[in-house]
Amino acid sequence: MEQNTLLYDKQANAIHRIGQKERGRNRSLGLGLFSLGLGFAQVFAPAAVAKLIGLPNRRGSRLALRLIGARELASGFGLLSQPRAAGWVWGRVAGDALDLVLLADALSSRRAVRPRVAAAAAAVAGVAALDAASAARASRDSSARHWTAPIHVLKSITVNRTPAEVYAFWRDLQNLPTFMRHLESVRVDNGRSTWTAKGPAGTRVEWQAEIVRDSPNEAIAWKSVPGTTAVPNGGVVRFVPAPGDRGTEIHLELAYSPPGGAIGAAFAKLFGEEPSQQVAGDLRRLKQVLETGEVVHSDASIHPGPHPARPTADRAIIMGARK
Amino acid sequence: MKANCWNGKKKVTVEQVPDPQILNSRDAIVRVTSTAICGSDLHIYNGFIPAMEKGDILGHEFMGEVVEVGKGVSNLRVGDRVVVPFPIACGNCKACQAGLTSLCENSNPNAWLAEKLWGYSPSGLFGYSHMLGGFAGGQAEYARVPFADVGPIKVPDHLTDEQVLFLSDIFPTAYMGAEMCDIEPGHVIAVWGAGPVGQFAIASALLLGAERVIAIDRVPYRLEMARSKAGATDVLNYEEVDVYEALLELTAGRGPDACIDAVGLEAHSHGPMYAVDRAKQAMMLETDRPLALRQAIRCCKNGGVVSVSGVYGGFIDHFPMGAVVNRSLTIRSGQCHVHRYMKPLLTRIEQGDIDPSFVITHRLPLSKAAEGFEMFLNKTDGCEKVVLQAA
Repeated sequence: MEQNTLLYDKQANAIHRIGQKERGRNRSLGLGLFSLGLGFAQVFAPAAVAKLIGLPNRRGSRLALRLIGARELASGFGLLSQPRAAGWVWGRVAGDALDLVLLADALSSRRAVRPRVAAAAAAVAGVAALDAASAARASRDSSARHWTAPIHVLKSITVNRTPAEVYAFWRDLQNLPTFMRHLESVRVDNGRSTWTAKGPAGTRVEWQAEIVRDSPNEAIAWKSVPGTTAVPNGGVVRFVPAPGDRGTEIHLELAYSPPGGAIGAAFAKLFGEEPSQQVAGDLRRLKQVLETGEVVHSDASIHPGPHPARPTADRAIIMGARK
Repeated sequence: MKANCWNGKKKVTVEQVPDPQILNSRDAIVRVTSTAICGSDLHIYNGFIPAMEKGDILGHEFMGEVVEVGKGVSNLRVGDRVVVPFPIACGNCKACQAGLTSLCENSNPNAWLAEKLWGYSPSGLFGYSHMLGGFAGGQAEYARVPFADVGPIKVPDHLTDEQVLFLSDIFPTAYMGAEMCDIEPGHVIAVWGAGPVGQFAIASALLLGAERVIAIDRVPYRLEMARSKAGATDVLNYEEVDVYEALLELTAGRGPDACIDAVGLEAHSHGPMYAVDRAKQAMMLETDRPLALRQAIRCCKNGGVVSVSGVYGGFIDHFPMGAVVNRSLTIRSGQCHVHRYMKPLLTRIEQGDIDPSFVITHRLPLSKAAEGFEMFLNKTDGCEKVVLQAA
């Protein structure tokens, strides 16, 4: 992942660095391949492995190595096939502990080549430490996604307009509510902007934000001003020329860090049940506005919730659509 | 106004509903004069199209008189007589600019629903489920037409509604189906289905220079229309002959150069495979039964084209991929990009190359829409195409 997809914000725990997650994923990949290699050796050449790590070449130790190898293969395949690797990495940690116990047992055996067993034990201990660190990180990542802050969404769309046109539209922050469904308004004064969003049951959430990066025709980053919201949030949008003269790729990254409690819940609601779908909808409306001039309405889409596709007589809804 | 609404499987009712209003600046409101029931409406009627809501206004083949335009529409005026294409297209996105208007990237406000089923979303359509936008259809006294500066085509007064109405869908749909066959002099084209699209596919293949066009169906009056009106050189009743053997015979063992599936997801047939597909569809194990498509693939010559105009919605079983790969077949399909065919085909009509009204067998007032659906579905009273007169 490119470095500049990192969300730009110094507010310590409000920000989620994707890069870290990516490095965690790479580590899982490395551990998975390591598991597979070791597992194959143990299952198919237990005698050679026994010799290498200084174990007596007996039927018992070969069988033990084969079993350990099978476990190693399982965790290797698990690591490589699972998008959420935390469970499998913790499985490896448990396996490492077992290996250490077995090696300790071997050290006490009279027929063992002690320096080799000790070296193998040291190697396993090292791997175990790596596993434990990786598992802890993987757990943090997945819990971040499922339970607490920060929430992080990355979505992209291609628009048939030049980067300069798209940048100019976005840079005028007051345009954002035209396509971001839950924003009511953005007012700009003296470099700061005041964002008002619709909450559930007619409530409003308001905060201030400032632009922290402004690269004309390329990128804009903003973050909430500390102290103006209980929900630190920010975003980066990048405008990249689409290959083949197809306009502009818009890459939008949003992060917010809801605290527990009612305000956090209300804020989470702003992004809908499924934040990434909400953001995808916002980008689709942005494309409509930039390409066709306005958000496109159907007879059903102008109402909240499911409605038959037929005209309405409700003036408020009609005027709301025409706005 | 009055409008024909879907109210569940095999239940349509003409109801009083609010008049449409301008919602977007590029909208127009059209007072519908003529509207038709499409074969694809029968898929909705029979409950095969997902994401319908009770009360949805049906209909995507319609024409009429412009009664109001939004401030963004400068090419139409109140009083203009127009035919409206069934896909809704913005004209601004890359797909529209490439002429692929049924793939408009902006006209489906419910694109996410279509993405769930199909991966990406096509354009919005009139009266064709919430997955395709949730737009009210044209089987009504009035219709709101989004992107009216792009879609509707003005038609001259000397042509009747019945001559130009089918520019909205089935004539261009069939023409595109024939065009996808890459017809060259000497080519033999086989067309599965002698419904309205099949009739126009036959006529279009001839307009495009086919040597011979073979119609395949089981309904005698439809085969008769194919021969006498559309111009089919041969007709095959699949309940009387083995289609594959008959096509081999007609082409001296080569097979048809291209095959057109103008049937779609509710194909009929006989034999055990039909029973299997019906049962699977009833148990939701497959959404579409592709009997005509399978046969078209089997019958198509080596290196030929199978052109699919019939509507499919979801998933099919026993797709003969082996024949496609090993015999270098090309499969082409798509909801018709109607916009790009309207003008050239209107010219064809004006020149007298074709008079599309030949498919019409029934004219009913809008209030009798339910009767029209039933007749069209059951093929009673020689029904081929029902036009509803709304005004």
